[in-house]
Amino acid sequence: MAETILESQPDPLMDWRKSDGDGEPDFGDVRTEEMLVNMGPQHPSTHGVLRIVLRTDGELVLEAIPHIGYLHRCAEKIGENLQPYQYIPKTDRMDYLAAMNNNHAFSVAVEKLAGIEVPERAGYIRIIMAEMNRIASHLVSFGTYGLDMGAFTPFLYAFRERERILDLFEAVCGARLTYSYITIGGVTQDLPDRFLETLAEFLDYFEPKVDEYNQLLTYNHIFVKRTAGVGIISPEDALRWALTGPVLRGSGIKWDLRKTRPYDLYSRFEFDVPVGLPGGSEGIPREVRVGDCWSRYFVRMQEIKQSVRIVRQCLEQIPDGEYKAKLPKTLKLPETEVYFEAEGARGQLGFLVVGDGSAIPYRVKVRGPSFCNLSVTTQVCRNVLLADVPAIVGSIDIVMGEVDR
Amino acid sequence: MTPEQIAETLKAEFDGAVVDAIMSGGHPSVVIAAERWHEVALFLRDDPRLRINFLRCISGIDWLERGEIEAVYDLQSLRPAGPGELWSGDNDVAVRVRVPREGGHIPSVADVWPAADWHERELYDMFGVVFDNHPDLRRILCPDDWVGHPLRKDYEHPLEYHGIPGTTEFGQKSPRH
Repeated sequence: MAETILESQPDPLMDWRKSDGDGEPDFGDVRTEEMLVNMGPQHPSTHGVLRIVLRTDGELVLEAIPHIGYLHRCAEKIGENLQPYQYIPKTDRMDYLAAMNNNHAFSVAVEKLAGIEVPERAGYIRIIMAEMNRIASHLVSFGTYGLDMGAFTPFLYAFRERERILDLFEAVCGARLTYSYITIGGVTQDLPDRFLETLAEFLDYFEPKVDEYNQLLTYNHIFVKRTAGVGIISPEDALRWALTGPVLRGSGIKWDLRKTRPYDLYSRFEFDVPVGLPGGSEGIPREVRVGDCWSRYFVRMQEIKQSVRIVRQCLEQIPDGEYKAKLPKTLKLPETEVYFEAEGARGQLGFLVVGDGSAIPYRVKVRGPSFCNLSVTTQVCRNVLLADVPAIVGSIDIVMGEVDR
Repeated sequence: MTPEQIAETLKAEFDGAVVDAIMSGGHPSVVIAAERWHEVALFLRDDPRLRINFLRCISGIDWLERGEIEAVYDLQSLRPAGPGELWSGDNDVAVRVRVPREGGHIPSVADVWPAADWHERELYDMFGVVFDNHPDLRRILCPDDWVGHPLRKDYEHPLEYHGIPGTTEFGQKSPRH
Protein backbone atom coordinates (compact mmCIF):
# COMPACT_ATOMS: atom_id res chain seq x y z
CA MET A 1 0.00 0.00 0.00
CA ALA A 2 2.78 2.31 0.93
CA GLU A 3 4.29 1.93 -2.51
CA THR A 4 1.27 3.32 -4.34
CA ILE A 5 0.95 6.35 -2.11
CA LEU A 6 4.58 7.23 -2.42
CA GLU A 7 4.86 7.34 -6.18
CA SER A 8 7.42 10.00 -6.82
CA GLN A 9 6.16 13.21 -8.34
CA PRO A 10 8.13 16.19 -9.60
CA ASP A 11 8.61 18.63 -6.79
CA PRO A 12 8.24 22.27 -7.91
CA LEU A 13 9.96 23.42 -4.73
CA MET A 14 13.06 21.40 -5.46
CA ASP A 15 13.16 22.75 -9.00
CA TRP A 16 12.90 26.27 -7.68
CA ARG A 17 15.82 25.63 -5.40
CA LYS A 18 18.04 24.42 -8.19
CA SER A 19 20.91 26.75 -8.81
CA ASP A 20 22.51 27.65 -12.11
CA GLY A 21 25.65 25.78 -11.20
CA ASP A 22 27.56 28.36 -9.18
CA GLY A 23 26.59 26.75 -5.87
CA GLU A 24 24.38 29.69 -4.87
CA PRO A 25 20.59 29.66 -5.03
CA ASP A 26 19.11 31.32 -8.07
CA PHE A 27 16.44 33.95 -7.53
CA GLY A 28 16.17 35.39 -11.03
CA ASP A 29 15.63 39.12 -10.88
CA VAL A 30 14.07 39.19 -7.40
CA ARG A 31 15.92 41.58 -5.06
CA THR A 32 16.39 40.13 -1.61
CA GLU A 33 17.93 41.16 1.67
CA GLU A 34 19.64 39.10 4.33
CA MET A 35 18.20 38.97 7.81
CA LEU A 36 19.48 37.45 11.04
CA VAL A 37 16.83 35.49 12.89
CA ASN A 38 17.18 33.94 16.31
CA MET A 39 15.59 30.54 16.54
CA GLY A 40 15.38 29.86 20.24
CA PRO A 41 16.58 29.66 22.98
CA GLN A 42 12.88 29.16 23.69
CA HIS A 43 11.41 27.48 20.68
CA PRO A 44 9.20 24.40 20.57
CA SER A 45 11.23 22.61 17.94
CA THR A 46 14.68 23.08 19.42
CA HIS A 47 14.06 20.41 22.09
CA GLY A 48 15.43 22.43 24.95
CA VAL A 49 17.26 25.67 25.28
CA LEU A 50 19.17 25.77 22.03
CA ARG A 51 19.63 28.99 20.11
CA ILE A 52 20.33 28.84 16.41
CA VAL A 53 21.20 32.10 14.69
CA LEU A 54 19.91 31.87 11.16
CA ARG A 55 21.18 34.08 8.37
CA THR A 56 18.14 34.07 6.16
CA ASP A 57 17.28 35.38 2.76
CA GLY A 58 13.53 35.20 2.46
CA GLU A 59 12.59 31.59 3.06
CA LEU A 60 16.12 30.42 2.54
CA VAL A 61 18.62 29.79 5.32
CA LEU A 62 22.11 30.65 4.17
CA GLU A 63 23.82 29.77 7.41
CA ALA A 64 22.79 28.39 10.79
CA ILE A 65 25.06 28.82 13.80
CA PRO A 66 24.05 27.01 16.97
CA HIS A 67 24.75 28.69 20.29
CA ILE A 68 24.77 26.33 23.23
CA GLY A 69 25.52 26.50 26.92
CA TYR A 70 22.17 27.60 28.30
CA LEU A 71 21.86 24.38 30.28
CA HIS A 72 25.47 24.12 31.42
CA ARG A 73 25.44 22.70 34.92
CA CYS A 74 29.15 22.01 35.49
CA ALA A 75 28.68 18.24 35.36
CA GLU A 76 32.37 17.62 34.76
CA LYS A 77 33.49 19.89 37.60
CA ILE A 78 31.09 18.14 39.94
CA GLY A 79 32.59 14.82 38.83
CA GLU A 80 35.93 15.98 40.26
CA ASN A 81 34.34 16.49 43.67
CA LEU A 82 32.24 13.37 44.13
CA GLN A 83 32.90 9.67 44.48
CA PRO A 84 31.77 7.62 41.48
CA TYR A 85 28.78 6.25 43.42
CA GLN A 86 27.66 9.77 44.16
CA TYR A 87 28.18 10.84 40.58
CA ILE A 88 25.69 8.31 39.17
CA PRO A 89 22.65 10.57 39.83
CA LYS A 90 24.47 13.34 38.01
CA THR A 91 24.76 11.17 34.90
CA ASP A 92 20.97 10.73 34.96
CA ARG A 93 20.59 14.42 34.38
CA MET A 94 22.74 14.59 31.27
CA ASP A 95 20.64 12.66 28.78
CA TYR A 96 17.51 12.59 30.89
CA LEU A 97 15.53 10.70 28.25
CA ALA A 98 17.90 7.76 28.42
CA ALA A 99 19.15 7.92 31.99
CA MET A 100 19.71 4.16 32.27
CA ASN A 101 22.11 4.24 29.33
CA ASN A 102 24.08 7.02 31.00
CA ASN A 103 24.25 5.14 34.32
CA HIS A 104 25.37 2.11 32.37
CA ALA A 105 28.13 3.87 30.44
CA PHE A 106 29.57 5.55 33.52
CA SER A 107 29.37 2.37 35.58
CA VAL A 108 31.21 0.35 32.96
CA ALA A 109 33.88 3.06 32.71
CA VAL A 110 34.52 3.00 36.46
CA GLU A 111 34.41 -0.80 36.52
CA LYS A 112 37.05 -0.92 33.82
CA LEU A 113 39.17 1.54 35.76
CA ALA A 114 38.88 -0.23 39.11
CA GLY A 115 38.82 -3.76 37.67
CA ILE A 116 35.40 -4.81 38.96
CA GLU A 117 33.60 -7.93 37.78
CA VAL A 118 29.83 -7.68 37.46
CA PRO A 119 27.71 -10.71 38.45
CA GLU A 120 25.94 -12.40 35.57
CA ARG A 121 22.40 -11.61 36.67
CA ALA A 122 23.31 -7.97 37.19
CA GLY A 123 24.71 -7.87 33.66
CA TYR A 124 21.45 -9.10 32.21
CA ILE A 125 19.35 -6.71 34.28
CA ARG A 126 21.53 -3.86 33.08
CA ILE A 127 21.06 -4.77 29.45
CA ILE A 128 17.29 -5.12 29.88
CA MET A 129 17.16 -1.67 31.43
CA ALA A 130 19.47 -0.08 28.87
CA GLU A 131 17.48 -1.48 25.95
CA MET A 132 14.10 -0.60 27.46
CA ASN A 133 15.34 2.92 28.02
CA ARG A 134 16.57 3.04 24.45
CA ILE A 135 13.04 2.15 23.35
CA ALA A 136 11.54 4.81 25.60
CA SER A 137 13.99 7.37 24.29
CA HIS A 138 13.32 6.49 20.66
CA LEU A 139 9.60 6.74 21.37
CA VAL A 140 10.05 10.31 22.58
CA SER A 141 12.15 11.02 19.53
CA PHE A 142 9.46 9.56 17.26
CA GLY A 143 6.67 11.47 18.98
CA THR A 144 8.38 14.83 19.12
CA TYR A 145 9.66 14.52 15.59
CA GLY A 146 6.06 14.07 14.51
CA LEU A 147 5.22 17.22 16.48
CA ASP A 148 8.00 19.12 14.74
CA MET A 149 6.59 18.05 11.39
CA GLY A 150 3.08 19.08 12.34
CA ALA A 151 1.62 15.70 13.25
CA PHE A 152 0.23 15.84 16.76
CA THR A 153 -1.35 12.39 17.08
CA PRO A 154 1.74 10.12 16.93
CA PHE A 155 3.05 11.87 20.02
CA LEU A 156 0.08 10.62 22.05
CA TYR A 157 0.60 7.08 20.77
CA ALA A 158 4.29 7.19 21.63
CA PHE A 159 3.65 8.44 25.13
CA ARG A 160 0.96 5.82 25.71
CA GLU A 161 3.57 3.09 25.35
CA ARG A 162 6.37 5.04 26.98
CA GLU A 163 4.17 5.44 30.03
CA ARG A 164 4.08 1.67 30.44
CA ILE A 165 7.86 1.47 30.19
CA LEU A 166 8.15 4.17 32.83
CA ASP A 167 5.73 2.16 35.01
CA LEU A 168 8.09 -0.79 34.69
CA PHE A 169 11.05 1.38 35.68
CA GLU A 170 9.05 2.77 38.58
CA ALA A 171 8.39 -0.75 39.80
CA VAL A 172 12.11 -1.48 39.61
CA CYS A 173 13.61 1.57 41.26
CA GLY A 174 10.85 3.99 42.24
CA ALA A 175 11.82 6.70 39.77
CA ARG A 176 10.27 7.53 36.45
CA LEU A 177 12.94 9.67 34.80
CA THR A 178 16.18 9.85 36.75
CA TYR A 179 16.72 6.28 37.86
CA SER A 180 20.26 5.94 39.23
CA TYR A 181 19.42 2.24 39.07
CA ILE A 182 22.44 0.87 37.26
CA THR A 183 25.39 1.46 39.51
CA ILE A 184 29.02 0.46 39.84
CA GLY A 185 29.26 -3.31 40.17
CA GLY A 186 25.66 -4.07 39.21
CA VAL A 187 22.30 -2.53 40.02
CA THR A 188 21.01 -1.00 43.25
CA GLN A 189 18.38 -3.67 43.99
CA ASP A 190 17.04 -6.89 42.55
CA LEU A 191 14.03 -7.00 40.23
CA PRO A 192 10.65 -7.01 41.98
CA ASP A 193 8.38 -10.08 41.96
CA ARG A 194 6.75 -10.96 38.66
CA PHE A 195 8.75 -8.23 36.91
CA LEU A 196 10.03 -10.44 34.12
CA GLU A 197 6.51 -11.77 33.40
CA THR A 198 5.13 -8.23 33.26
CA LEU A 199 7.97 -7.25 30.95
CA ALA A 200 7.27 -10.20 28.64
CA GLU A 201 3.58 -9.23 28.51
CA PHE A 202 4.54 -5.68 27.69
CA LEU A 203 6.82 -6.77 24.85
CA ASP A 204 4.02 -8.87 23.33
CA TYR A 205 1.75 -5.87 23.54
CA PHE A 206 4.34 -3.42 22.31
CA GLU A 207 5.95 -5.08 19.32
CA PRO A 208 2.93 -4.79 16.95
CA LYS A 209 2.63 -1.13 17.93
CA VAL A 210 5.78 -0.31 16.00
CA ASP A 211 4.00 -1.24 12.78
CA GLU A 212 1.14 0.97 13.88
CA TYR A 213 3.57 3.88 14.24
CA ASN A 214 4.92 3.17 10.80
CA GLN A 215 1.44 3.28 9.31
CA LEU A 216 0.64 6.41 11.24
CA LEU A 217 3.72 8.52 10.57
CA THR A 218 6.63 6.80 8.82
CA TYR A 219 4.92 6.33 5.46
CA ASN A 220 2.64 9.34 5.80
CA HIS A 221 2.85 11.24 2.55
CA ILE A 222 3.23 14.68 4.16
CA PHE A 223 5.84 13.38 6.57
CA VAL A 224 7.86 11.80 3.77
CA LYS A 225 7.65 15.04 1.77
CA ARG A 226 8.96 17.00 4.74
CA THR A 227 11.85 14.70 5.60
CA ALA A 228 12.95 12.66 2.57
CA GLY A 229 15.85 14.17 0.68
CA VAL A 230 16.19 16.92 3.30
CA GLY A 231 19.35 17.51 5.32
CA ILE A 232 21.48 14.88 3.64
CA ILE A 233 24.67 14.01 5.52
CA SER A 234 27.10 12.07 3.35
CA PRO A 235 28.99 9.17 4.95
CA GLU A 236 32.23 11.12 4.51
CA ASP A 237 30.80 14.09 6.38
CA ALA A 238 29.40 11.82 9.08
CA LEU A 239 32.89 10.49 9.76
CA ARG A 240 34.57 13.88 9.49
CA TRP A 241 32.22 15.33 12.06
CA ALA A 242 32.46 12.19 14.23
CA LEU A 243 28.72 11.64 14.27
CA THR A 244 27.54 8.58 16.12
CA GLY A 245 24.44 6.57 16.80
CA PRO A 246 21.37 6.67 14.55
CA VAL A 247 22.74 9.78 12.82
CA LEU A 248 25.86 7.89 11.71
CA ARG A 249 23.89 4.79 10.76
CA GLY A 250 21.35 6.90 8.91
CA SER A 251 24.21 7.89 6.62
CA GLY A 252 24.71 4.24 5.75
CA ILE A 253 27.64 3.46 8.04
CA LYS A 254 27.07 0.19 9.81
CA TRP A 255 28.79 0.93 13.09
CA ASP A 256 27.26 0.10 16.43
CA LEU A 257 29.44 -0.30 19.51
CA ARG A 258 27.16 -3.03 20.82
CA LYS A 259 28.34 -5.11 17.84
CA THR A 260 31.71 -3.69 16.90
CA ARG A 261 33.12 -3.16 20.39
CA PRO A 262 30.85 -5.35 22.55
CA TYR A 263 30.88 -4.38 26.20
CA ASP A 264 29.14 -6.00 29.15
CA LEU A 265 27.18 -8.97 27.79
CA TYR A 266 26.27 -7.57 24.38
CA SER A 267 28.31 -10.19 22.53
CA ARG A 268 25.78 -12.83 23.64
CA PHE A 269 22.81 -11.42 21.76
CA GLU A 270 21.73 -11.62 18.17
CA PHE A 271 20.42 -8.47 16.61
CA ASP A 272 20.72 -6.49 13.41
CA VAL A 273 22.20 -3.05 12.96
CA PRO A 274 19.78 -1.04 10.81
CA VAL A 275 21.29 1.54 8.47
CA GLY A 276 19.92 4.11 6.07
CA LEU A 277 19.10 2.61 2.69
CA PRO A 278 18.55 4.31 -0.66
CA GLY A 279 14.99 5.08 -1.72
CA GLY A 280 13.21 2.34 -3.61
CA SER A 281 14.68 -0.46 -1.46
CA GLU A 282 12.21 -2.65 0.35
CA GLY A 283 10.05 -0.57 2.68
CA ILE A 284 11.78 2.69 1.76
CA PRO A 285 9.86 5.41 -0.10
CA ARG A 286 11.30 6.39 -3.43
CA GLU A 287 12.15 9.99 -2.48
CA VAL A 288 14.50 8.90 0.31
CA ARG A 289 18.24 9.45 0.01
CA VAL A 290 20.81 7.82 2.26
CA GLY A 291 21.67 10.17 5.11
CA ASP A 292 18.55 12.33 4.95
CA CYS A 293 16.20 13.13 7.82
CA TRP A 294 13.87 10.27 6.99
CA SER A 295 16.74 7.72 7.07
CA ARG A 296 17.84 8.85 10.51
CA TYR A 297 14.28 8.70 11.75
CA PHE A 298 13.70 5.27 10.25
CA VAL A 299 16.90 3.85 11.75
CA ARG A 300 15.44 4.67 15.16
CA MET A 301 12.16 2.98 14.34
CA GLN A 302 14.00 -0.18 13.32
CA GLU A 303 16.23 -0.03 16.38
CA ILE A 304 13.15 -0.17 18.58
CA LYS A 305 12.40 -3.61 17.13
CA GLN A 306 16.00 -4.75 17.58
CA SER A 307 15.94 -3.63 21.22
CA VAL A 308 12.80 -5.70 21.74
CA ARG A 309 14.71 -8.64 20.27
CA ILE A 310 17.59 -8.17 22.69
CA VAL A 311 15.28 -7.89 25.70
CA ARG A 312 13.48 -11.09 24.68
CA GLN A 313 16.80 -12.93 24.56
CA CYS A 314 17.66 -11.52 27.99
CA LEU A 315 14.38 -12.87 29.35
CA GLU A 316 15.28 -16.34 28.09
CA GLN A 317 18.83 -16.29 29.40
CA ILE A 318 18.69 -14.37 32.67
CA PRO A 319 19.98 -16.52 35.54
CA ASP A 320 19.42 -16.26 39.28
CA GLY A 321 22.17 -14.90 41.43
CA GLU A 322 23.64 -11.74 42.82
CA TYR A 323 22.47 -8.38 41.54
CA LYS A 324 25.55 -6.48 42.68
CA ALA A 325 29.21 -7.22 43.20
CA LYS A 326 30.53 -7.03 46.75
CA LEU A 327 32.38 -3.73 46.88
CA PRO A 328 33.85 -1.63 49.66
CA LYS A 329 31.88 1.43 50.73
CA THR A 330 34.70 3.65 49.52
CA LEU A 331 36.11 2.65 46.19
CA LYS A 332 39.73 3.69 45.75
CA LEU A 333 40.50 4.45 42.11
CA PRO A 334 43.95 3.43 40.83
CA GLU A 335 46.39 5.98 39.44
CA THR A 336 45.50 5.39 35.83
CA GLU A 337 42.77 6.39 33.47
CA VAL A 338 40.26 4.83 31.15
CA TYR A 339 38.29 6.11 28.20
CA PHE A 340 35.18 4.11 27.53
CA GLU A 341 32.40 4.62 25.04
CA ALA A 342 29.01 2.94 25.16
CA GLU A 343 26.27 2.98 22.57
CA GLY A 344 23.64 5.22 24.10
CA ALA A 345 20.28 6.03 22.60
CA ARG A 346 21.72 9.03 20.77
CA GLY A 347 25.15 7.73 19.94
CA GLN A 348 28.44 6.96 21.54
CA LEU A 349 28.49 8.21 25.09
CA GLY A 350 32.07 8.38 26.28
CA PHE A 351 33.54 8.81 29.75
CA LEU A 352 37.16 9.58 30.45
CA VAL A 353 37.78 8.84 34.13
CA VAL A 354 41.19 9.68 35.59
CA GLY A 355 42.01 8.19 38.97
CA ASP A 356 44.68 9.53 41.35
CA GLY A 357 44.70 6.89 44.06
CA SER A 358 41.92 8.50 46.08
CA ALA A 359 38.21 7.72 46.07
CA ILE A 360 37.38 10.81 44.04
CA PRO A 361 38.34 10.90 40.34
CA TYR A 362 40.89 13.49 39.34
CA ARG A 363 38.95 14.23 36.19
CA VAL A 364 35.70 13.07 34.60
CA LYS A 365 35.17 14.00 30.98
CA VAL A 366 31.91 13.32 29.24
CA ARG A 367 31.69 12.91 25.49
CA GLY A 368 28.06 13.66 24.88
CA PRO A 369 26.81 12.16 21.61
CA SER A 370 24.34 15.01 21.16
CA PHE A 371 27.18 17.51 21.53
CA CYS A 372 29.11 16.00 18.65
CA ASN A 373 26.03 15.33 16.54
CA LEU A 374 24.78 18.88 16.94
CA SER A 375 28.09 20.32 15.74
CA VAL A 376 27.24 19.25 12.19
CA THR A 377 24.24 21.61 12.07
CA THR A 378 26.11 24.46 10.40
CA GLN A 379 27.35 22.10 7.73
CA VAL A 380 23.92 20.62 6.98
CA CYS A 381 21.75 23.73 7.34
CA ARG A 382 23.38 25.59 4.46
CA ASN A 383 21.06 26.82 1.72
CA VAL A 384 18.05 24.98 3.07
CA LEU A 385 14.52 26.26 3.52
CA LEU A 386 13.52 27.76 6.85
CA ALA A 387 11.00 24.97 7.41
CA ASP A 388 13.73 22.38 6.90
CA VAL A 389 15.74 23.58 9.90
CA PRO A 390 13.35 22.04 12.47
CA ALA A 391 13.25 18.91 10.33
CA ILE A 392 17.05 18.63 10.39
CA VAL A 393 17.60 19.56 14.03
CA GLY A 394 14.76 17.25 15.07
CA SER A 395 16.18 14.35 13.09
CA ILE A 396 19.52 14.67 14.91
CA ASP A 397 17.53 14.06 18.11
CA ILE A 398 19.44 16.10 20.65
CA VAL A 399 18.97 16.41 24.38
CA MET A 400 20.31 19.71 25.58
CA GLY A 401 21.08 18.38 29.05
CA GLU A 402 23.79 16.33 27.43
CA VAL A 403 25.00 18.92 24.93
CA ASP A 404 25.67 21.45 27.69
CA ARG A 405 26.30 19.03 30.57
CA MET B 1 47.83 -1.23 14.08
CA THR B 2 48.29 -1.44 17.81
CA PRO B 3 49.12 1.73 19.75
CA GLU B 4 52.71 0.48 20.11
CA GLN B 5 53.08 0.17 16.34
CA ILE B 6 51.55 3.60 15.81
CA ALA B 7 54.03 5.06 18.29
CA GLU B 8 56.91 3.35 16.45
CA THR B 9 55.64 4.58 13.07
CA LEU B 10 55.41 8.13 14.34
CA LYS B 11 58.88 7.94 15.88
CA ALA B 12 60.31 6.76 12.57
CA GLU B 13 58.43 9.35 10.55
CA PHE B 14 58.84 12.44 12.72
CA ASP B 15 62.17 13.13 14.33
CA GLY B 16 61.62 14.40 17.85
CA ALA B 17 57.85 14.88 17.61
CA VAL B 18 57.06 11.91 19.83
CA VAL B 19 57.85 13.01 23.38
CA ASP B 20 56.68 9.86 25.14
CA ALA B 21 54.58 6.76 24.63
CA ILE B 22 52.44 5.56 27.53
CA MET B 23 51.40 2.00 26.74
CA SER B 24 50.56 0.69 30.20
CA GLY B 25 47.18 1.30 31.83
CA GLY B 26 43.76 1.44 30.30
CA HIS B 27 44.38 4.26 27.87
CA PRO B 28 47.44 3.75 25.63
CA SER B 29 48.58 7.04 24.23
CA VAL B 30 51.35 8.83 22.39
CA VAL B 31 52.60 12.18 23.62
CA ILE B 32 53.27 14.60 20.78
CA ALA B 33 55.11 17.91 21.01
CA ALA B 34 52.59 20.73 20.66
CA GLU B 35 54.37 22.56 17.84
CA ARG B 36 54.51 19.40 15.68
CA TRP B 37 50.94 18.27 16.35
CA HIS B 38 49.33 19.63 13.19
CA GLU B 39 51.69 17.87 10.78
CA VAL B 40 51.45 14.67 12.81
CA ALA B 41 47.65 14.92 12.65
CA LEU B 42 47.75 15.30 8.88
CA PHE B 43 50.02 12.26 8.68
CA LEU B 44 47.69 10.21 10.89
CA ARG B 45 44.77 11.07 8.66
CA ASP B 46 46.43 10.67 5.26
CA ASP B 47 48.94 7.86 5.69
CA PRO B 48 47.59 4.79 3.86
CA ARG B 49 48.62 2.52 6.74
CA LEU B 50 46.65 4.53 9.30
CA ARG B 51 43.86 6.60 7.69
CA ILE B 52 42.56 7.75 11.05
CA ASN B 53 39.31 9.41 10.08
CA PHE B 54 37.34 9.51 13.30
CA LEU B 55 38.11 11.92 16.13
CA ARG B 56 36.07 10.54 18.98
CA CYS B 57 36.78 13.05 21.68
CA ILE B 58 39.15 15.71 22.94
CA SER B 59 39.47 15.85 26.70
CA GLY B 60 41.39 18.34 28.73
CA ILE B 61 43.17 17.51 31.96
CA ASP B 62 44.71 20.11 34.24
CA TRP B 63 47.80 18.73 35.98
CA LEU B 64 48.21 21.47 38.56
CA GLU B 65 51.32 20.02 40.24
CA ARG B 66 53.16 19.52 36.96
CA GLY B 67 52.04 22.96 35.76
CA GLU B 68 50.66 21.49 32.56
CA ILE B 69 47.41 21.23 30.72
CA GLU B 70 46.98 18.15 28.62
CA ALA B 71 44.70 17.73 25.63
CA VAL B 72 43.84 14.09 24.98
CA TYR B 73 42.67 13.23 21.47
CA ASP B 74 40.94 9.87 21.13
CA LEU B 75 41.30 8.66 17.57
CA GLN B 76 40.10 5.75 15.52
CA SER B 77 39.80 4.70 11.91
CA LEU B 78 36.53 3.27 10.59
CA ARG B 79 36.54 1.37 7.32
CA PRO B 80 33.83 -0.32 5.30
CA ALA B 81 34.16 -4.10 5.29
CA GLY B 82 31.85 -4.97 2.41
CA PRO B 83 28.31 -4.33 1.27
CA GLY B 84 25.83 -4.82 4.09
CA GLU B 85 28.52 -5.72 6.61
CA LEU B 86 29.55 -4.05 9.82
CA TRP B 87 32.33 -1.52 9.43
CA SER B 88 35.62 -2.41 10.98
CA GLY B 89 37.41 -0.09 13.34
CA ASP B 90 41.05 -0.15 14.31
CA ASN B 91 44.05 2.06 15.09
CA ASP B 92 42.46 3.07 18.40
CA VAL B 93 44.98 5.41 19.93
CA ALA B 94 45.04 8.46 22.12
CA VAL B 95 47.31 11.40 21.39
CA ARG B 96 48.34 13.68 24.22
CA VAL B 97 49.53 17.21 23.71
CA ARG B 98 50.94 18.96 26.76
CA VAL B 99 51.28 22.70 27.12
CA PRO B 100 52.15 24.94 30.08
CA ARG B 101 49.19 26.11 32.15
CA GLU B 102 49.85 29.76 31.38
CA GLY B 103 49.92 30.88 27.78
CA GLY B 104 49.52 27.42 26.28
CA HIS B 105 49.10 27.22 22.52
CA ILE B 106 48.11 24.15 20.52
CA PRO B 107 47.70 24.14 16.73
CA SER B 108 44.08 23.53 15.85
CA VAL B 109 43.22 20.34 13.99
CA ALA B 110 39.72 21.51 13.03
CA ASP B 111 40.87 21.54 9.40
CA VAL B 112 42.03 17.93 9.70
CA TRP B 113 38.98 16.60 11.53
CA PRO B 114 36.07 19.09 11.61
CA ALA B 115 34.78 17.30 14.72
CA ALA B 116 37.60 19.03 16.61
CA ASP B 117 35.92 22.42 16.15
CA TRP B 118 33.55 22.30 19.11
CA HIS B 119 35.82 20.17 21.28
CA GLU B 120 38.61 22.72 20.93
CA ARG B 121 36.24 25.54 21.75
CA GLU B 122 35.23 23.64 24.87
CA LEU B 123 38.86 23.19 25.87
CA TYR B 124 39.51 26.87 25.34
CA ASP B 125 36.44 27.73 27.40
CA MET B 126 37.14 25.34 30.25
CA PHE B 127 40.96 25.40 30.42
CA GLY B 128 42.09 28.56 28.65
CA VAL B 129 44.22 26.76 26.06
CA VAL B 130 44.44 28.76 22.85
CA PHE B 131 44.10 26.83 19.61
CA ASP B 132 46.01 28.51 16.80
CA ASN B 133 44.28 28.77 13.41
CA HIS B 134 40.93 27.69 14.83
CA PRO B 135 38.11 28.93 12.55
CA ASP B 136 35.97 30.40 15.34
CA LEU B 137 37.65 30.28 18.74
CA ARG B 138 35.24 31.61 21.35
CA ARG B 139 33.62 30.29 24.49
CA ILE B 140 31.05 27.60 23.94
CA LEU B 141 29.44 26.62 27.25
CA CYS B 142 30.09 29.69 29.39
CA PRO B 143 28.81 33.16 28.49
CA ASP B 144 31.14 35.31 26.42
CA ASP B 145 31.90 37.64 29.34
CA TRP B 146 32.67 34.88 31.83
CA VAL B 147 35.87 35.35 33.82
CA GLY B 148 38.26 32.44 34.26
CA HIS B 149 38.29 28.87 33.05
CA PRO B 150 36.11 26.65 35.25
CA LEU B 151 37.79 23.26 34.87
CA ARG B 152 41.18 24.51 36.01
CA LYS B 153 42.04 23.04 39.36
CA ASP B 154 42.77 26.42 40.94
CA TYR B 155 39.57 28.02 39.63
CA GLU B 156 37.81 30.31 42.08
CA HIS B 157 34.05 30.13 41.95
CA PRO B 158 32.71 33.65 41.29
CA LEU B 159 30.54 35.03 44.07
CA GLU B 160 28.56 37.27 41.77
CA TYR B 161 27.67 37.34 38.09
CA HIS B 162 25.55 40.22 36.74
CA GLY B 163 23.84 40.59 40.10
CA ILE B 164 23.20 36.86 40.43
CA PRO B 165 24.73 35.62 43.68
CA GLY B 166 26.89 32.55 43.18
CA THR B 167 27.67 30.61 46.32
CA THR B 168 28.55 27.05 47.07
CA GLU B 169 27.24 24.92 49.87
CA PHE B 170 30.59 25.50 51.57
CA GLY B 171 29.82 29.17 51.93
CA GLN B 172 32.52 31.28 50.39
CA LYS B 173 34.97 28.42 50.06
CA SER B 174 35.54 26.84 46.71
CA PRO B 175 35.00 23.11 46.20
CA ARG B 176 37.86 20.68 46.59
CA HIS B 177 39.92 21.34 43.50
